[in-house]
Amino acid sequence: MQFGIFSVGDVTPDPTTGRTPTERERIKAMVAIALKAEEVGLDVFATGEHHNPPFVPSSPTTMLGYIAAQTERLILSTSTTLITTNDPVKIAEDFAMLQQLADGRVDLMMGRGNTGPVYPWFGQDIRQGINLAIENYALLHRLWREDVVNWEGKFRSPLQGFTSTPRPLDGVPPFVWHGSIRSPEIAEQAAYYGDGFFHNNIFWPADHTKRMVELYRSRYAHYGHGTAEQAIVGLGGQIFMRRNSQDAVREFRPYFDVAPVYGHGPSLEDVTDQTPLTVGSPEQVIEKTLKFREYAGDYQRQLFLVDHAGLPLKTVLEQIDMLGEEVVPVLRKEFAVGRPAEVPEAPTHASLLKAQEVAV
Amino acid sequence: MKLVVVSAGLSVPSSTRLLGDRLAAAVGRRTPVDVQVVELRELAVEIAHNFTNGFAGRSLSAAIDAVTGADGLIVVTPVFSASYSGLFKSFFDVIEPDALAGRAVLLAATGGTARHSLVLEHALRPLFAHLKTVVVPTGVYAASEDWGAEGLDARIERAAGELAGLMSGLSGARPGEKASDGFAEVVPFEERLAALRA
Repeated sequence: MQFGIFSVGDVTPDPTTGRTPTERERIKAMVAIALKAEEVGLDVFATGEHHNPPFVPSSPTTMLGYIAAQTERLILSTSTTLITTNDPVKIAEDFAMLQQLADGRVDLMMGRGNTGPVYPWFGQDIRQGINLAIENYALLHRLWREDVVNWEGKFRSPLQGFTSTPRPLDGVPPFVWHGSIRSPEIAEQAAYYGDGFFHNNIFWPADHTKRMVELYRSRYAHYGHGTAEQAIVGLGGQIFMRRNSQDAVREFRPYFDVAPVYGHGPSLEDVTDQTPLTVGSPEQVIEKTLKFREYAGDYQRQLFLVDHAGLPLKTVLEQIDMLGEEVVPVLRKEFAVGRPAEVPEAPTHASLLKAQEVAV
Repeated sequence: MKLVVVSAGLSVPSSTRLLGDRLAAAVGRRTPVDVQVVELRELAVEIAHNFTNGFAGRSLSAAIDAVTGADGLIVVTPVFSASYSGLFKSFFDVIEPDALAGRAVLLAATGGTARHSLVLEHALRPLFAHLKTVVVPTGVYAASEDWGAEGLDARIERAAGELAGLMSGLSGARPGEKASDGFAEVVPFEERLAALRA
């Protein structure tokens, strides 16, 4: 099973000091977080993509390429890549380039984006969000698999005799996850292609996670990619840890209370009770994370959100240290217990290359 | 059949709740109903949190399930600033679009003066038309003076009769059917792709 970090990339004032990091500081902090993830033995770093303040990561492959140059094992991913407003041709090119540079340590997660104005800023219409995701991905899928593509669709200018370069490394397209909180069409899309499905599993109760994962699994089997149990599932999670759980609550509360997305709402206690958020000791994080399996089945990838709401970099790096030293080793061991042998690991470049060689 | 009263009254005891109870009792005299009352006052904080956090807490979730699963609704609001109260509107704002489509609804309101009685027609009726509910013709407005005057009883009886009739008729045609959310019946992906190629 893979473990990692996913970052939204928000620039948020630290509520305890009132200080807002500069964009440069935040960008460099994201890089430091990724490097720390590799250092402590995590498997994945994923960055969000946003095109409006207060977010910095508008150009994920630039950032991930920079990280790739400084890492050796870390898988570089996204959370998410906007399949609606990006040109699928540019996604094909950018991520194939990144994949070549990173020796295959790349996958990506498709998402639609829920910021209304971003669509018109990129010449699109949010009401076509699902259709954009379907058509754009269908094109991207072909661009990575067919050397010469002739194509015509509703949303993009036609292509005649187009070859996306560079070609995917070893002829193996990067593995794709599709992320969605509550749109059954996207679970269906992921299942249709035999791609992975990722649920962010944060901020809200887990019932959407359960429904979406169940739908994806059953449709994955329907399309003949394997059994429902063999479908490739990734989940998010949000944590804040200190050795002593009371210290974690005390330190995190000022950030929680005014956080973007969920601040000024129910208490930290209510949200930890009703959603997958864990604020407490490493043991509590382990205990709650292991329960995700109860509603999602045996799954392949667990990403944690640790760096938002204005938490200082030092604190975030301490979280990742604890993840690497105390939490993930136990999770790896415990998630392996009772896991059926036929449940696969998350696809990597190496495993996809091997599968391709076997197929040929 | 299941009848749910949504009361946005704030005081305890509340004349808004009282009007809701009287309407429910009048419906119950005409047709057998299980009555459940949703007091929005008790849900005010969870409704606000649904706005800030995007999900319903446990009590609010149960109330939404009750309302969306009802065969008939009696909705009662006090008049605030010439309209329904903000709390009343907020409750319906956090319910999924179309979740109330086809439900039989009786509109009612209370106020300090009869001058606001048309709030039923210019505020509540358009709201429940937007929610695609089927609203009975008679709405019941009770001003303070109505509680000591003739006429309120007759309006309650007439409106209750209309709701009882509508619930029976609608329930026969559409027994507690929930709007499709795309999970029960998935549109196969080839169909979605084909629709874009067309």
